[in-house]
Amino acid sequence: MSGGVDSAVAAARAVEAGHEVVGVHLALSRMPGTLRTGSRGCCTVEDSMDAQRAANIIGIPYYVWDFSERFKLDVVDDFIAEYAAGRTPNPCMRCNEKIKFAALLEKAIALGFDAVCTGHYASIVTDADGNRELHRASAWAKDQSYVLGVLTKEQLAHSMFPLGATPSKAEVRAEAAERGFSVANKPDSYDICFIPDGDTRGWLGERVPPATGDILDREGNKLGEHEGAVAFTVGQRKGLSIGTPAADGKPRFVLEVRPINNTVVVGPKEALAIKEIAGTTYTWAGLAPEHPEIEFACDVQIRAHADPEPAVAQVISVPADPTATPPVEAHTELRILPTEPLTGVAPGQTAVVYVGTRVLGQCTIDRTVSAVPVASVAATDSTTVDA
Amino acid sequence: MSVQFDHAYLDHAATAPMLPAAITAYAEAMTVVGNPASIHSQGQNAKRMLEEARERVAASVGCDPIEVVFTGGGTEAVNLGIKGLYWARAPRTRILVPGGEHHATVDTVEWLAQREGAIVQWIPLDALGRIDLAALAAAIESNPADVALVTLLAANNEVGTVQPVEQVAALAAAHGIPVHVDAISAYGHLPIDFAALHAQGVSALSISAHKIGGPVGIGALVLSRTAAVVPLIHGGGQQRQVRSGTQDVAAAVSFAVAATAMTAELPGENRRLRVLRDTVIAGVRDAVPSAVYNGDPDPAGRLPGNAHFTFPGCEGDSLLFLLDVAGVSVSTGSACQAGIPEPSHVLRAMGRTEAEARSALRITLGRTSTHADVDALLRALPTAWAQAIGAGMADSAPRAYT
Repeated sequence: MSGGVDSAVAAARAVEAGHEVVGVHLALSRMPGTLRTGSRGCCTVEDSMDAQRAANIIGIPYYVWDFSERFKLDVVDDFIAEYAAGRTPNPCMRCNEKIKFAALLEKAIALGFDAVCTGHYASIVTDADGNRELHRASAWAKDQSYVLGVLTKEQLAHSMFPLGATPSKAEVRAEAAERGFSVANKPDSYDICFIPDGDTRGWLGERVPPATGDILDREGNKLGEHEGAVAFTVGQRKGLSIGTPAADGKPRFVLEVRPINNTVVVGPKEALAIKEIAGTTYTWAGLAPEHPEIEFACDVQIRAHADPEPAVAQVISVPADPTATPPVEAHTELRILPTEPLTGVAPGQTAVVYVGTRVLGQCTIDRTVSAVPVASVAATDSTTVDA
Repeated sequence: MSVQFDHAYLDHAATAPMLPAAITAYAEAMTVVGNPASIHSQGQNAKRMLEEARERVAASVGCDPIEVVFTGGGTEAVNLGIKGLYWARAPRTRILVPGGEHHATVDTVEWLAQREGAIVQWIPLDALGRIDLAALAAAIESNPADVALVTLLAANNEVGTVQPVEQVAALAAAHGIPVHVDAISAYGHLPIDFAALHAQGVSALSISAHKIGGPVGIGALVLSRTAAVVPLIHGGGQQRQVRSGTQDVAAAVSFAVAATAMTAELPGENRRLRVLRDTVIAGVRDAVPSAVYNGDPDPAGRLPGNAHFTFPGCEGDSLLFLLDVAGVSVSTGSACQAGIPEPSHVLRAMGRTEAEARSALRITLGRTSTHADVDALLRALPTAWAQAIGAGMADSAPRAYT
């Protein structure tokens, strides 16, 4: 129970469904702020008091469990390391993967609980053979199945999402008001919970030492210098401070951040179109496909609030390549080919694969392939996209 | 709305159940109108009730009634004792304080350091939680002239270790340094003779009503006639100009009833609680042979109702939860404002590791404790311990789901 309206209503519904419920608030910082500020909706003492008041009204016991150390290691430090590695992580996803449905779930099971119940908008459907599947919430506008895409079969077996069938957030707020929860009208939280003022770049800048590096075009020509690759994210247009304008006079965008040599690659907007994404770290949410090595039709979603896009996916075997730098060992990866090129894709993001409303699985994106080859951009003056 | 629990309540150090006679007296006194500062006869009646109460509280700690300054609780008493003495001793800046003190002291001296230029010198504790007298003597001798005060617990609120208050006072008194004693956890469990302590050099001593069956919201700073303190609160000049504000007659009356009962019962209760506490110790050791008994193993050096253990490999808060579910209320020590169990700073000050400091459980007995309570604890503990071990430590990586 974060202190927000969703987890409060989820707890109340779980009680009414006949479960024996205990409210648990996760302490994710050893030095929590006292009062809620701005759009943050968790992690302050005020939020924990809100959670406790909701538990009081429902009539369930309430405890604060301290996961601050694990949260720092698995979510905050990971977030910094991922950015420092030129990737764009999703800390909420990492928190679900490592804290809520791992550290918390494991402790809960050891202490005699059966499941973790949260206020996420997602549904669990049990198939004819009793296998649990993760599905989108009925209210697609609020659907949060994307951030749960990292859950595995074992985790889903111990998860409950009582809000999955709710038509709208407004309905949850109305229900909260009816139940007398003071948090019925509490604002939603949007920002990353451990970055108090929402200034992600400024926060990262204090934690990743700046280092001057080159800004290159796709052909490898140096266009300028930057003061730290961590300040850049794929798709970014502003703040590049390149002296010389592009030959075609069009704006340039960040295409790639290469922390290994601290360079930032920029190019035309068209080059942001991605025709292939792949990741070596992939999981299946529930039963794995019987033959994932055979290409299958799916939809792919690459951000929490992006639309699903039609694609085909398959698990492919990548042979060892000792001549590569660094050398590559034989491995498999989940490769996804969107039907139409995608924009706004960056390594580190999670690609969640859906079949209909069902979450089939996900991978953390390791590599992307632009739909626009380097030569063709130069040759066509970037006015046409040669996908 | 209130809910009655049939839990075994083994957290008397947090707060004690109110004495029924103190509840009755509180309620009756609240029906009486009159500000004790008013001149009319109703005011005089209130004043009479208040001063009778002050006399009874004074008797419970062996001081003169004029030396009892009622406060809004123990924390205010500690703040008044420490800040009041510190400011009155300007320009001296050094505060000598043992490690492992209650937060009322720790946060107060740290505030004085941040805001008022105090220099806080932490005196080490030994492995049993007792102040290192040689270190204290050395700290004083290094420059007695700049020591503003010495403050210490009479007995540690977590591990129950009784401090050598007289010896500390003697070291300070040799240089005219005032000593404040936080006796909140000792009050009701050890006899307190303020006159004797004052003769040794103690200037001020804090107590609280709710630890002995009185109401929450009233405590007292026992302040010797000769001690000068700068007040925290200014106003009508009540209570020797030290603590302004309309005095809470009903709470004082209730406090006095609990104090009188406590004083009469103290020797017998001490004997009874020691037996009960020894049953806890034997039972815990029997149930969990790896449990480590903390604090002074000698009953003479420990609060009679206190049993404190570390359970290696368990989070104290896992055990607390499991025992709570089984109907037994215990404590891990202190929790911060968000309700997050903190690693025990007392165990840390006693030289124990962070992991040990997270694995602590405090079991405290009091007036209403019975063998049935202890039995409930000892029945629930083996299962709770096995489950808590399975849940592991909070900073260890989860095993099954990643």
